[in-house]
This record gives sequence, C-alpha cells and structure tokens, in this order.
Amino acid sequence: MAGSIEQRIPLGAEGAVSLPLLDRIHQWVVTVDHKRLGLMYIAGGLVFFIVAGLQAMTIRLQLAIPNAGIVPPDMFNRLMTMHGTTMVFLVGMPILTGFFNYLVPLMIGARDLAFPRLNAFGFWLWLFGALLLYFSYIGGNGLYGAGSAPDVGWFAYAPLTERAFSRGNSTDYWILSIFLTSVGSTATALNLITTTFTMRCEGMTLRKMPVLVWMSLVVSFMILIVLPPLSAAQVMLLLDRFVGAHFFDTQAGGSAVLWQHFFWIFGHPEVYILVIPAFGFASEIIPVFSRKVIFGYEVMVAATVAIGFISMSVWAHHMFAVGMTPAGNAFFATSTMLVGVPTGIKIFNWIGTMWGGKIRFKVPMLFSVAFLLQFLIAGLTGIMLAVAPFDWQLTDTYFVVAHFHYVLVGAIIFMIFAAVYYWFPKATGKMLNEHLGKWHFWLFFIGFHLTFDTMHFAGLHGMPRRIYTYQPGRGLDTLNLIETFGALVQAAAVLCLFVNVVRSLRSGEEAGNDPWDAWTLEWATTSPPPAYNFVEQPVVRSRRPLWDLKHPDDPDSKYE
Amino acid sequence: MAAAPAVANQSQIEWKGSLPEKGRVGILLLILTESSFFAIFVVAYLFYIGKSLNGPYPKDVLSPPIINTICLLSSSITIVFAVRALRVGSIGTFTLWWLVTLALGLEFMIGTGLEWQELIYHDGLTISTNLFGTTFFSLVGLHALHVTIGLILILFVSILTLLGYMDRRYAERTEILSWYWHFVDAVWVVVFTTVYVIGR
Repeated sequence: MAGSIEQRIPLGAEGAVSLPLLDRIHQWVVTVDHKRLGLMYIAGGLVFFIVAGLQAMTIRLQLAIPNAGIVPPDMFNRLMTMHGTTMVFLVGMPILTGFFNYLVPLMIGARDLAFPRLNAFGFWLWLFGALLLYFSYIGGNGLYGAGSAPDVGWFAYAPLTERAFSRGNSTDYWILSIFLTSVGSTATALNLITTTFTMRCEGMTLRKMPVLVWMSLVVSFMILIVLPPLSAAQVMLLLDRFVGAHFFDTQAGGSAVLWQHFFWIFGHPEVYILVIPAFGFASEIIPVFSRKVIFGYEVMVAATVAIGFISMSVWAHHMFAVGMTPAGNAFFATSTMLVGVPTGIKIFNWIGTMWGGKIRFKVPMLFSVAFLLQFLIAGLTGIMLAVAPFDWQLTDTYFVVAHFHYVLVGAIIFMIFAAVYYWFPKATGKMLNEHLGKWHFWLFFIGFHLTFDTMHFAGLHGMPRRIYTYQPGRGLDTLNLIETFGALVQAAAVLCLFVNVVRSLRSGEEAGNDPWDAWTLEWATTSPPPAYNFVEQPVVRSRRPLWDLKHPDDPDSKYE
Repeated sequence: MAAAPAVANQSQIEWKGSLPEKGRVGILLLILTESSFFAIFVVAYLFYIGKSLNGPYPKDVLSPPIINTICLLSSSITIVFAVRALRVGSIGTFTLWWLVTLALGLEFMIGTGLEWQELIYHDGLTISTNLFGTTFFSLVGLHALHVTIGLILILFVSILTLLGYMDRRYAERTEILSWYWHFVDAVWVVVFTTVYVIGR
C-alpha cells in the first residue's frame, strides 16, 4: 500500500472505521501490533470459553440426577477431556497471554514488543493449534471409527494413549494441538522477557516497573522452563504412536510413571503460570480502587519470584497415589506446603493495601475482593491435599475437582473478569455498564459458590471424579442437583457479560483516557491507544508516573 | 515504527545505551528453553539405561565417535575466529573460517549418518527395536536436528558472503548465530557423556 504515513499506519479504531470490511479484516490478519494481537488472543480465548462452558454445562446436566442418560459414557469422556484441555490451553493461556501482550509494552512505555513478527507468529500458531484440537471432531475417526474426539483426560496418562488403547487419530490431534499452542506460548514468553529487559522507557528501572510487569516476567521465565518438558513428552508420545518407539509402552519395558512425571513437571507450574497473571491484575486493580499504593512492593515481587522457583519442585504431589518412596512423599508434601508461604504473604499484602484505604466498590474491585476470599480457601484445601495420607483418601474425588476449580475459576476466571472490566475502557474507549456488571458479579459469585462449595462435600462423601453417573440414595443426589443449579446461574452471569460487551461497543459511555484515575502508564495515552502507543517517549521517576503528573507538588519520587 | 520522534535527547540516548541488546537477550532465552527440552530427553535416556528387554545393547554396538566430536567442538573455535575477523572488517579471513566451520559441521552430520547406517543395517537397531534404540535415536536425532538447523543458517550466511553481501555491520547478527552454534556444541558434550560414557 503506497501513500502517506497516516495511511500506512492505522490509527486505532477511528482510522479503521472508514475502511471497507474486507480491508479491515485484512488489517487484522496482517497486523504485528501488540494491541491487536493481544485483543485477538483475548477474543479467541473468550470464544473457546463459551465452548468449554457449554461442555461443562452438558457434564453438569448429565450429573444433575442419578442415571440421567443425557450423554452416553464414551461421549462423557470426550466432553471432560475437551473441557479440561480447552480451558487450560485455549482459554487460560491465550487470555493471559493476550493481556500481557496488550499491557506490558504500554506499562513500560514502549512502542511494541521486541519482536513484533514473532508475536504474530505465536498468535497464528496458537489459533491453528486450537483449531487442530477441534478438527478431531471431524477428522478424528481415521479409518477405525474409534471416537471422534480425544477421550484420554486432560493429563492423558500412559499407556492409555498408546496406539493399542487409543485408536484412530483423535489423540494425535490432541498431541499436535498442545504441541503447537505450547510453541506459540514459548515464543510469546521469549518476546515478553526481551521486551521487558530491553525496551523500558527512560527512568523505569526494574524496581520501578508495575507489579503486573514483574508478574509477566516471572510467568514468562516459568513458561520457558516448564513448557518444553510437555512438548518433549508429546514428541515422545508421537514417536510411540507413529514409528513404534517404546517410551511409554509398558509391554516393552517403558514406564507409565515417567509420563506422569513429565506431564506434572509441566502441569503443576502451569497452575502458577495461570494464577500469577491473576495476581498481577489484583496488584494493579486493588491499589487503584483502594486509593493507596501497593503495600510492600518489594516483598510482593520477591514472593512472586519465590513462588516461581518453589512451584517447580512440587509436581509429584499429583502422584502420591502412585506409590512413591516415603522420602519422595515427604519431599513433595513439604515443598507443597512451603509454596503456601509466599502465597500467604501476597494475600496479606493485598489486605494491607486495602487497609485504611478509600475503597471504591466498582465491578473490577468486587471481583478482586471475591478473588481474595476464594483464593484463600483454594490455598487452604491445597495445604490439606498436600498431606500425603489425606491425599490418598481423597485423590481423584470431587474434593480435588472442587479444589482446583476454586483456583482456576474462583481465582483466575474471577480476576480475568476483573481485568476485562478494568481495561475494557482502555482498549475500546467505551465503559462497560456498571449496573449490568454488578448483575454479572453477584450471579457469578452465587453460582460459583453453589457449584463448587458443594463439590467439596460430594468429594468427602466419596464421589469419584470423571464418572458419568452415580447410584441414587448414596448421599450425592441433593449435592449434585445444587451443583448443576449453580452452573446454570454462572451461565446466566456470563450471558450478562456478553450482553454488556455488545451493548457497550454499540452505545457505551465514552471512557476518556483515564476513567479510573489510575497511575500506570497505559492510562497516559488515548483510549484506544494509537498504533505507536505514545507520541513522546515517557520519562518515569517513580512507580506511579501518573500520580507524579497529577500531583507535581507531592510526587512519589520523593519517597521511593 | 515510522512515527518515532525525530530528535532524541542526550539522557534518552544514555538510557537506551544502558539496556541490553535485543538479539542477545532473545538468543539466551532460546537457549534456556531449548536446554529444558533437551534435559527431558537426557532424563529419559538415563532412566532407561539397562532396561531394554532384548538386544542389541549399547556395549555391543556403540563406539564413541571421536573424530566427529573433535570436528564439532573445533567448529566452535573456528566460528569465533570468523566473527572476530568480521568485527574488524576483514571479509577474506571471515569467509575462510566460516567455510571451515561449515565443513566441520557437515563432517559431523556425515559421520552421524554413517554411524546410523551401520546401526540400522548391520546391527539391526532401529527406534522400535528396544528401549535403547528408542532413546538413542530420539536423543541423538534431536541433537542432529539442531545441528542441521545450524548448518542451514551457516550455509545461508555463506551464500550471502560469497555473493558479496557481507560486511561488518552484520557482525552482531553473526555473533548471535554463533551463540546458537556454541549451544549445539555444548549439548553434544552432554549427549556424548550420556550416551557413550555413562550409557555404555
């Protein structure tokens, strides 16, 4: 495209509206802009969130009453496999990657990521990897007619995944999809670290970076270290399935337990990879809505780094039931309890931030407060499960399901919603409706607790996970009915969000540059920001550059 | 982006100068993540030593590829000579050492190919024969794949050099490529120790 600079550089939404639809789509496809790629990640993640949510609803309807018969058992296995895989790799990862993509360059005063084309490469790798997983519904049958989607569970224990037990190609699509999306995530992590180290604006030393940028740094390092074990294990599994290797083939001396180790070396840090971004959102939102600086910045950062390290040595607490040595059990139980210490420090820091503040209970803050409560409970049940004998009793029950949904929904999804309400005005220039947002929050909060609180008790009563039905009269009927009712309430809440987004995009209230009276650099530019982010490169003197700008008489730089 | 401000003041220039260079950070991170990938294959190899249910076993068929190892490790030295020459702008010396590096790398791949041919056709060891075959071909093959990627990049630079496009402005990029090559060599030291020393 020839023409002036203005034509060649799209200037955010205003510049794009005048173009014909096809040109606008073309601009999004060829873009290397971190903001557009970030939004595409988030939008893609939200689409898969709906898909995985519908899968969860089907699972819940099947379990609402004993012997419901809504889906057959083999389809139930596929549903829970697809729900788990989708939520981790196609919802959690892209949405969090998307937020980092969008926010990190803005927060450090840079014009883009260090390698913009690598960033675009990562996104398209993720998207096509994601489509590959769902292509198994069409192409997974192969020649055998053996199932149309992966049904091996999200951690795909060997030797169930070997050719003899998983015929057809659905498991192959599962492997390839996870491999590709992991490579995409690795590329993005590399990009984020390089950007943070090499492109900070003048004056922004590492100790003046927003907490969210620190969290992105820690998460990215974790991705670089723990995603390759998963990819390596997937390569081994592919070799087993296609060229007759014996890595996980127990009949030829291979080890099924080795797969478990390789998977959980990835799998446990993955939980922290997903939850640390949620910590980052909380550390930005809670101070702004408490009108106070974050309490204990240095300790907060140090605790995150500590979590990053410790979380890489806890993986085998998923494997207590395998029968490890007493020394192994003791080590992994201890390290798992140890990771609770820095996590607890963070909770005190957030409470310390709110303490004595002028708290404004806007929608992002509501979600953040609920996050604090729920994450605390999730941590406490985690400590319970870290006790190996307790875990032997409750492993693979609904108690475990309740525990990790408390982390993944109660902490991560709640903070994703908070982040959507908080940064939507920046990305679109429109506010989300506060009234509808409160409906969203309260419905989701109530639905969440109806579903997942009761799951703890179902687990304690002995309900195993991954069963497609249960016998009546065993004390599980009422609990399961409440869980399903709660799931319907949550679905209604998510509907509120989507109505809210569509209505705001059409006729939302104008946001202006800085609707929350916030302090980090992304609020210094226009909403939505232009392609080049900042007209002039910002200069930073403290952790709250916009506070300094708004209060030149009493800048933070005097006290830091 | 094209919209960068026309003037950058002195403090900005100093600030930018204090930050590390993008390419170097990027390649170090790539090396970090690749190391993690290799580590899993090495762990699998060590875990399965002596667990094959049938032969051939490592002590029957493996002999340490000494010449290959010497070639690959010395190519790390020649590539340093090449980059140093490019930094001072002597293209002739650069071309010589660069092509020597390429030749040494090619020798390694040919040597590996001959070793594999012997193993497959003479000793009857393939990836599906036993756990030794599975772990041997995947670990050594993964390393060979990385050597091949490195050789393609080195060949690409060689072609550009012979066509006369190379000058000292590209010394930094060449340096970054050489770091990848050093990494591939370092991995070989680990693979060699695992396969031919511990595993035999």
